[in-house]
Amino acid sequence: MQNRRVVVTGLGTVSSLGATIEPFWKNVQAGTSGISRIESIDVSDMATQIGGEIKDFDIEEFMPKRQSRRMDRYDQLFWVASKRALDDAGLEYEEDDPTAYRAGVLVGTGIGGVETFEDQFYVLFNEGPRRLSPFGITKIISNMAGGMVSIDFNLFGPNSCVVTACAASANAIGDAAAIIARGAADVMVAGGAEAPLTRFAVGGFGQARAMSTRNDDPQGASRPFDADRDGFVMAEGAAVLILEEREHAIARGATIHAEFLGYGMAADGYHITLPRPGGAGAAAAMTAALTDAELDSVDYINAHGTSTQANDVTETLAIKTVFGERAGDIPISSSKSMTGHMLGAAGAIESLVCILTIRDGVIAPTINYTTPDPECDLDYVPNEAREVTVNTAMTNSFGFGGHNVSLIWGRP
Amino acid sequence: MERAEIESKLTDLLVDELGLERDKIAMDATFEEDLEVDSLGVVELLMALEDNFGVKIPDEEAEQIQTVGQAVDLVEQKLDS
Repeated sequence: MQNRRVVVTGLGTVSSLGATIEPFWKNVQAGTSGISRIESIDVSDMATQIGGEIKDFDIEEFMPKRQSRRMDRYDQLFWVASKRALDDAGLEYEEDDPTAYRAGVLVGTGIGGVETFEDQFYVLFNEGPRRLSPFGITKIISNMAGGMVSIDFNLFGPNSCVVTACAASANAIGDAAAIIARGAADVMVAGGAEAPLTRFAVGGFGQARAMSTRNDDPQGASRPFDADRDGFVMAEGAAVLILEEREHAIARGATIHAEFLGYGMAADGYHITLPRPGGAGAAAAMTAALTDAELDSVDYINAHGTSTQANDVTETLAIKTVFGERAGDIPISSSKSMTGHMLGAAGAIESLVCILTIRDGVIAPTINYTTPDPECDLDYVPNEAREVTVNTAMTNSFGFGGHNVSLIWGRP
Repeated sequence: MERAEIESKLTDLLVDELGLERDKIAMDATFEEDLEVDSLGVVELLMALEDNFGVKIPDEEAEQIQTVGQAVDLVEQKLDS
């Protein structure tokens, strides 16, 4: 086993807050909300009718219809974010390039090709098995997004997929970094995607009583740590980082955006959807990441901050457990107040926010923070971005099933 | 249905349903090599033929189709019988 250093040399995203990195980051710094009424499906009979929907996504700008029709929207979002990240990193592999075997993919997602799942079950029940699409299975399975990226960009190294609900892409990034650190690859395309704005997913999360029903105020609905929060707001999107072994990046003169410093995870072992009261699992993940990074504190925390009653209180308690008296001095913000909750893609988009925070010295605000909750009493960077030098940043991702993951990023 | 009509309708299907390029479609073009339709694409083509021409194509007959022209032959034969 080796312990090689891992850096970030490429960033790519697709989200309701901007088609590419710079407009996305500008909107996040300005405290802009990407939440609106959902238009792509009928939501008239749903408790929740709002989400982070990408209104202008056109896959045919990127590939012929012949190819895109074999992909679920989930695969398409991951593909586009991956392409943007590879372009940003200046990496391109030909099919006969031996170094392509040193470049891999790790994708994380909560529910993968759920839109296809829904469409195909409708066909099965109404028209029978002979009418099912030959692409039904390949569009549903979560790993296919990584498979397709490896096919189209000639990435023949390690290729895998993590499905740990809303912690998935944080796990994917952590696992990808570990693959590079131990010497099994030099470059990993790592991140996540989610395309959950379907009747099954919006309806199902609604029945799990996890989502905001503030339909008359979409942009005010995601309000992490605010006393009047009433649930998370679901969003579609993707974010991808190019992780690269440090010497490999330096040798080819790549722009290094940040260094990967630490990865921690722990299980709640408590309940299928609720966090363990007191946040012991979340605290254990943060502590493990700090230990991995050989740090005792960080300059900024991008919180999981979902805007659910349970998460925001529990995460606050967990941060206090880990950082003790210093907890009140650490700026904490939830970019989900603007992006909404991208489920399995959350850890990746929030890693991206941490990296841009370190690069530019601007901490994203938690918007819609109007009424303090006595149980959430830390510094959540309310409503206005803050200029401050950040050398180390932690991002938290917690998923249904009790999966807790923390990643730490540092100045290169 | 006239043969020319079947040809034209089939060409539209290949463009609209399988996403093939119209100018590559010729009656002697092979699905596998010339048009690069893989095994999954063939299943999709058969479903589209059944849907759009109202015919039933058993798997063993489908396996005989290699060119666009042969697909037209099969549809024509099914419509006549």
